[in-house]
Amino acid sequence: MPDARPDAFRTRWLPRRVALLALVVAWMALLLLIPLGSLAVGVVQFGPLAVLRQIGEAGGWPALGRTVVVAIASVVLNGVFGVAGAIYLVRHRFWGRRLLDMLVDLPLAVSPVMTGLAFILVFGRGGLAEPLLEALGWKITFAMPSLVLATVFVTLPFVLREVSHVLVELGIDEEAAAATLGASASQTFWRITVPNIRHGLTYGSTLTLARALGEFGAVLVVGGAIKGRTDTATTFIFTAVDERHEPAAYGMALILAALSMAFLVLLERLKKRRTREA
Amino acid sequence: MGIRVEHLTKRFGSFVAVQDVSLEIRSGELSALLGPSGGGKSTILRIISGLEAADEGHVIIDEQSVDHLHARARNIGFVFQHYALFRHMTVAQNIGFGLEVRKVPAEARRTRVADLVALLGLQGLEERLPSQLSGGQRQRVAVARALAPEPKVLLLDEPFSAVDAQVREELRRWLRRLHDDLHVTSIFVTHDQAEAFSVADRVFIINEGRLEQAGTPLEVLDDPATEFVARFLGEVNVYDGRVRDGFLRVGPIEVAASGVADGTPMRMILRAYDLKLWREEPGVGVVRRVLLLGDRVKVEAVLDGAGPLFAQFPRRSSLLKGIEPGCRIAVEVSTARLYPLPAGSPGTP
Repeated sequence: MPDARPDAFRTRWLPRRVALLALVVAWMALLLLIPLGSLAVGVVQFGPLAVLRQIGEAGGWPALGRTVVVAIASVVLNGVFGVAGAIYLVRHRFWGRRLLDMLVDLPLAVSPVMTGLAFILVFGRGGLAEPLLEALGWKITFAMPSLVLATVFVTLPFVLREVSHVLVELGIDEEAAAATLGASASQTFWRITVPNIRHGLTYGSTLTLARALGEFGAVLVVGGAIKGRTDTATTFIFTAVDERHEPAAYGMALILAALSMAFLVLLERLKKRRTREA
Repeated sequence: MGIRVEHLTKRFGSFVAVQDVSLEIRSGELSALLGPSGGGKSTILRIISGLEAADEGHVIIDEQSVDHLHARARNIGFVFQHYALFRHMTVAQNIGFGLEVRKVPAEARRTRVADLVALLGLQGLEERLPSQLSGGQRQRVAVARALAPEPKVLLLDEPFSAVDAQVREELRRWLRRLHDDLHVTSIFVTHDQAEAFSVADRVFIINEGRLEQAGTPLEVLDDPATEFVARFLGEVNVYDGRVRDGFLRVGPIEVAASGVADGTPMRMILRAYDLKLWREEPGVGVVRRVLLLGDRVKVEAVLDGAGPLFAQFPRRSSLLKGIEPGCRIAVEVSTARLYPLPAGSPGTP
């Protein structure tokens, strides 16, 4: 591809530029490469097989399994409610819309620990919903449902926001055109709306997935990281370090990092495709 | 399939977009809704199509009320201002969409799409995406898509506004020819009078949500029913005065006002191209400026006792001989129209 930048932006090897580049590289190394590298070095030192065995002995695989289940559940739930919410917020005018629109970003602004605590206050012992939950015989806090609930809450804005942006940009003309051509509401949704928002939906889902894999504070507070019941990959790392099972902690951390990297690469590809189509 | 619109009113909050508009569009005709932007033309079109609901009034197509029908059940083809092509579908898929949702069998669908592709000259573009088409091609795909389900009526919202001037000229001729071939009752919205007059059989002039005048292009042009229509159809001069002895006199200009009582305040409207002027001493006014507008020339003058006067002539007109800033001129009015003066308007003598 020919360089389309104006001359003024082309790279010239001035000392100032070299210094700037060195600074950026050093900063990235300090923050990213050295920690990730030392994780890898640690795993190699202990021996990969020993690390895997230790993860197993410390109950790491079920914890990783829970993280994956929670992440997938968050993607599905936020996929459905994110699309529905985005359509409702963008396409309808109702009293309190601005307030609701603002509240959607709340999970990004408040600490996940606070979120977890709030869920405990609602669903936990002596909480607002306790009589109802007891009557139904449901247990939410310190059990799997609370992990899903907390993670869904923390990742709520991603799909909703991504899809909202796309919907605003799209306008309603294509949907109106489908209606004049005789399409029913569901035909219009599946044939016109869904294909048009699919990139926003995939992008938002990837962000949701990456965030759900790494969530720590909220799941720790609502789940209590009970070994074999509510510990997840992240809380497993936390307790493993605490109990001096370093190899297991290193190994799990590296697995999570690798998963997140994989999603970042996917995200980058999606972004590229989106800019190409725009 | 005639269309009748009866006493249509539409409000958006406190804004009245359409106010008691009644239209009658004859079967097989190509009609234009003409007027300034924001005047309610597109809203009328959207109400006819069912995309917008009227607050009052009725839409009757082929002698049957369609008020209770949803847009999808009205079988009206609609061409959107920015085409609204389905961006993730090819040209062929776009055109076939209206057939597909009606569960037309694949074979019949292919035949119909191929017919429309041929009719609209889109051969070779069937597998392209809308983003790979020019403005004029998108326009034709949008029309083909709207025509595919064989609609009773075709509505076009500002169909030529999104293409550049040269293509627009070509598309106008093309729309007229297409209509002459198909004879689908059609209405298009435009704010461009040249477009309305060169394409439509009948023109409805809409302003501020009201119907100002309906008629053939010639009727509207030669006999503007209201002051708005007269002003809208080209540059005009406006003079106010009171009738005396059956004439309205403003400065040196005198127009017969037969049957109007003495003392009635009236407004005189002179089209810039319904005037003659020539160099004469002492004359009745003085030329201030002469402007070249492409193939036309505009003369700005000041009339003694009447004020500014604007006149337009073809560039090579012999009338322009010797006309230059500062020269004195005589003026002759070939056609002038009188309208009752709006009550309390400034300028009432």
